[in-house]
Amino acid sequence: MALRVSLGVIGLVLAVAFPAVAEPSEARRHQLRNMVEQDCGSCHGMTRKGGLGSPLLAEDLAKVSAEGLVETILEGRPGTPMPPWKSILSRDDAAWIVAYLLGEVK
Amino acid sequence: MSRPILSVALAGLLLAGCSAPLRGTGDLGLVVERADGRVMVVENTGSTVLASVPGLGDLSHAAAVYSRDARHAFVFGRDGGLTKVDMLTGTIGGRVIQSGNSIGGAISQDGSLVAVANYTPGGIKVFDAKTLEPVADIPAIGADGKASKVIGIADLPGRRFIYSLYDSGEIWIADLTDPAKPAVRKFTNIGKLPYDALITGDGRWYLAGLFGEDGIAMLDLWNLDKGVTRILDHYGKGKEPLPVFKMPHLRGWAVAGNEVWLPAIGHHQVLVVDKTTWTEKARVDVAGQPVFAMARPDGRQVWVNFAVPNYNVVQVIDVPSKTVVKTIEPGKAILHMEFTAKGERVWLSARDSDKVVVYDTETLEQVAELPAAKPSGIFFTSRAHRTGL
Repeated sequence: MALRVSLGVIGLVLAVAFPAVAEPSEARRHQLRNMVEQDCGSCHGMTRKGGLGSPLLAEDLAKVSAEGLVETILEGRPGTPMPPWKSILSRDDAAWIVAYLLGEVK
Repeated sequence: MSRPILSVALAGLLLAGCSAPLRGTGDLGLVVERADGRVMVVENTGSTVLASVPGLGDLSHAAAVYSRDARHAFVFGRDGGLTKVDMLTGTIGGRVIQSGNSIGGAISQDGSLVAVANYTPGGIKVFDAKTLEPVADIPAIGADGKASKVIGIADLPGRRFIYSLYDSGEIWIADLTDPAKPAVRKFTNIGKLPYDALITGDGRWYLAGLFGEDGIAMLDLWNLDKGVTRILDHYGKGKEPLPVFKMPHLRGWAVAGNEVWLPAIGHHQVLVVDKTTWTEKARVDVAGQPVFAMARPDGRQVWVNFAVPNYNVVQVIDVPSKTVVKTIEPGKAILHMEFTAKGERVWLSARDSDKVVVYDTETLEQVAELPAAKPSGIFFTSRAHRTGL
């Protein structure tokens, strides 16, 4: 577990510094795109303008750090309905989602 | 494959022809195609599609209610759009963008008013059901002085609507007997973050689930002066909860006989509550975190669907024995279920399989399948005559 976490941290560093290095496979990216649109969209809106959850538009997300967004996806926001997704998403997945929301990857 | 297409073509002919045979609306319904801002008009006697209606905006979270004659649907979209759909012609009869962001709505007992519950700006807006002209605008400024999101709206007898304020933890009842002068009765300090609410089909009990703490806020609508009471103080996340990947939906269809069936939050269980004492009487272990626990209209079965990642299965619970009698896999990402009026069939939307699947509720076998693009909510016209739906 500890090994996985530290690998994950390295993955994050790589993902932030060199987004292409830790990029999930195309099949996984397809799943992640669908998840962002459909599952995240249930609370944040399919157009990402927000709902029960806050807006996820690139202009909103650009105000906070990418690392913080990765943490929020993995750990959730206690006291709010935003759950920790780490049982479903790896750190690489989360880093790719952040880059995707910021419009840095397609 | 050719049958639904033929049906659509046939329906088009029927709907277009001026000598179209007369038709009732009692077996009609809508299926939301959430990614395309479109709804399908369907009929549940032969399980076919009659029409496809585009142009409804962002339907990532959508709900619908029906006019009392079941001719028109009022569809509430995520983007604040309120769209009136003519079920017989398959056309849009009116549409307003009434807010920036909405969650659902209700139609008054007499069918004259449609109220929409909004997130941004928080509050309700009320419209004339015939014309969609605005009638009233009631901002939801909580006791803390801040605007709150509104959730869990339902109709009450008289021209009244009940709803909850998510951010400030309140329940409000708006009386529009005189639409020009809405009277609002407020119940404050009901608990933290009410996320959805249900009203029992008899219109007497309003239950708001609390996300921010364990328990349910309950209002006896026959005894408003008693105020809000708290029940099921252990209900909620409790100790060591699992992450909640999708907010559970409460709603009046989970009442089976003298029992209310509720999705547990953060646990793979459905709770059974005795409706006479409002205490928990059983828990049924299920395959994931329940999103909807819906009673078949006769109350003999409860069907449960689940949050991601367990949303490819649906479980059927036998109410008398409180046991799961079947686990079915109708398709990928089952988002919603809707029973026909008398419950002999249930329709399920399989979002990631791009289809709607119909099951016989006695044999628990699939009997029909309809292609649909990323389907979510299914709403049959039988809702027209039920309080809170």
